[in-house]
Amino acid sequence: MYGYSGKILHIDLKTKKSWVETKPEEWYKIYIGGVSMASRLLWENIVPGCDPLDDGNPICFANGIFTGTPVPVGGKFGMASKSPLTGVIGDSLSGSWFSIALKRAGWDGVVLHNSCDKWTQLFIDDDRVQFNDATYLLGKGTFETEEAIREKLGDDQIRSCTIGPCGENLVRYANVTNDGRQLGRTGHGMLWGHKKLKAVSVRGTKGVTVFDPATLNQLSFDISKSAQGKDTEKYRVYGTATGLLAQNKSGVLPTRNFQEGVYEDAEMVSGEYLDKHHKVKVIACAQCPIACEQMSIVKTGEFAGAMTGIEYESLFANSSNLGINDMRCAIKLITIADQDGMDTVSMGVTIGYAMECFEKGVLTEKDFVCASHPEGFTLNFGDGDSAVKLAEMIRDREGIGNLMAEGVRIASKKIDEERGTDSWKWALHIKGLEPAGYDARSTKTFAVGLATGTRGGCHNRSAAYDPDLKGEVDRLTVDPTRGHVAAESEEYAAVYDTLPLCKFIRRSFTGKADRAGAWPAIAKLINATTGWDFDYDDVDLIGIRATNIKKAFNIREGWTQEDDELPWRWKHEPMTKGPGAGVVTTDEELEYLKQLYYKAKNWTEEGLIPKEYLIKLGMADVAEEIGV
Amino acid sequence: MAKTSTSKYAYIECDPNLCVGCQLCEYMCSYTKTGEYNSYRSRIRTVRVDEVLITAIACRTCENAPCVIVCPRDALTQDPITGIIDINATKCDGCAWCIEACDFGAISINPATALAEICDLCKDEPDGPQCVKWCPKEALKLTTPDQSAQRTRKKLIAETLVIPIKATEPK
Repeated sequence: MYGYSGKILHIDLKTKKSWVETKPEEWYKIYIGGVSMASRLLWENIVPGCDPLDDGNPICFANGIFTGTPVPVGGKFGMASKSPLTGVIGDSLSGSWFSIALKRAGWDGVVLHNSCDKWTQLFIDDDRVQFNDATYLLGKGTFETEEAIREKLGDDQIRSCTIGPCGENLVRYANVTNDGRQLGRTGHGMLWGHKKLKAVSVRGTKGVTVFDPATLNQLSFDISKSAQGKDTEKYRVYGTATGLLAQNKSGVLPTRNFQEGVYEDAEMVSGEYLDKHHKVKVIACAQCPIACEQMSIVKTGEFAGAMTGIEYESLFANSSNLGINDMRCAIKLITIADQDGMDTVSMGVTIGYAMECFEKGVLTEKDFVCASHPEGFTLNFGDGDSAVKLAEMIRDREGIGNLMAEGVRIASKKIDEERGTDSWKWALHIKGLEPAGYDARSTKTFAVGLATGTRGGCHNRSAAYDPDLKGEVDRLTVDPTRGHVAAESEEYAAVYDTLPLCKFIRRSFTGKADRAGAWPAIAKLINATTGWDFDYDDVDLIGIRATNIKKAFNIREGWTQEDDELPWRWKHEPMTKGPGAGVVTTDEELEYLKQLYYKAKNWTEEGLIPKEYLIKLGMADVAEEIGV
Repeated sequence: MAKTSTSKYAYIECDPNLCVGCQLCEYMCSYTKTGEYNSYRSRIRTVRVDEVLITAIACRTCENAPCVIVCPRDALTQDPITGIIDINATKCDGCAWCIEACDFGAISINPATALAEICDLCKDEPDGPQCVKWCPKEALKLTTPDQSAQRTRKKLIAETLVIPIKATEPK
């Protein structure tokens, strides 16, 4: 087999035993890699119905088909567990040298079972597995932890996935980090912390070979050169942060906890402002010729020295969404989240929720009393200093930070139960996951994409804001085409997330990002790597299968269509400004859209997957368990 | 001991302002030399410190190269015209003295054979150094120190003189 070793490494964290599972080529042709293979490994290895923090919930890594080759942006891997934040599938993706080390060590996937009895740094050294004491790493930030491990083990090519203090403190939306990149959303870091797993490190010294290197090199070279052109310019020059002004113009830039979609000070927190005043350098993920990570630093004031990569999603959540127009505060907040290991979006949206609680009198100054702030503090929108204080309290689970570390779903429930309030109405989440930076009242195709999303409110898994905002559909109304538009957008993204390839390369194959432009080129890359005979339809099936295995997992864990829901605010409280003013996505519209979507997915009216459809997809064993 | 200098020969230079740390140079170097993609077999290595300090390093083709001088088995020789260091695999026993002698960390031990390996500027490749060919950001150049200085001078002039002149042109 080319492109794969055919081997999955299983490690029992409790007994410290490890064993190797071999998979047939046919299995790889169905699940490929990335989020799809990680989700399939989770399907196979979880104790169905277990609590996310039970030992029966494993950590599943799945490598990429192009990892370790020169295929541009192919150095990525997927990770899946049942999410402690959402209770449904938590599948994350990261560009990384970790995946390349894993490939060179000879593993297509790794499954970690059970929990450690003390803090552990796991070391996969080619085909040896070592359990190292992690006491010396405790309290260290993510990047710092990786450096300390390289120093201790004496090889700068050792790559690690780590958790920071947030994961150690069991912040429910803590991340797992590698090389400054995040396995974000869904709280993997909390699960790792719960398992007392501080880091997983890999050294791979073997070479990667492919079926037809001459062809693969030529294809990769051409794509790499074309990726220096106009099609990737916005990522290379300003990074994703350039989207902020565009979203503001469209009236979908979440402002003051999603109350409005237009932020009056957007210019002051734009990607362009960032570029002019804070940019240090642009850096790349592993194997990426685009390079979009805008490393940005605070040069003046209280937060001078804070530096991290700034993405649009991190930026909206910690600027406009908090009414904060001081870029320095936004960078500081994002730096805390990145270095100490928590999700920038969930953190920002949770702080936004707390700010609204404060402004509406649900929380008062006294509620913020803690050892670090004995007088408490006020938390109005726009107050960057207080936002930073709360972020640190969340990280340390100190005072009310302990509650806010649970995410908005649990925090609002507890606050409302204790105080008889209705703060759940401004607790923005989908299946417990705080949403990404596009207001979905006035992007109705995206609304159904988010509501039905298998991991909750995620812009990476459903990119249906794209047809909405490009005007390919009328985003303010609904019509019978939307089910297909949403399903196709999700499946399109799932192809990239499964290979995985970064979506930013999508226009660089042929200049056209649509299926006709990208799929034949991707098929050529797959065939040169593996020696398979994939065509357009086979590539298309990758995304369809990925979305179905994830959905099947959720169904087995007890999903019902009531879970495909939108935040109350988006259904009942219209915005007052911008192109989306006066519009909501009503319950009736959502129900209508959900039915259209289920139909487009070939599912039943209840949103379940028919047996024969799963069999047709080559997933007969899944059909047996959850098919109807 | 003779003083090393890099005044004469060409070598691979990396501009740290342009290098984004993607490591494609390492994959293509190792592929060119071994037929496999493997950073451990690359003769050019990327280095990253503090997230944003990134560059790549390969043999600097020193004159009076200390690696050549120090080799106890005379396995290393330097081409007097190109400055390229050759490591004779039958003489080398992997003692790593050359690695210790190199000021740039540009020599590495092949984990498969335990022998030393070094950049040879792809002298057998018709289109020259493959890392330069592949670098997506044009951070890598085959250059002599004098060429490097010439580029720096040009850049300096462009930035400090030409732009102000243009800016004062009437609209």
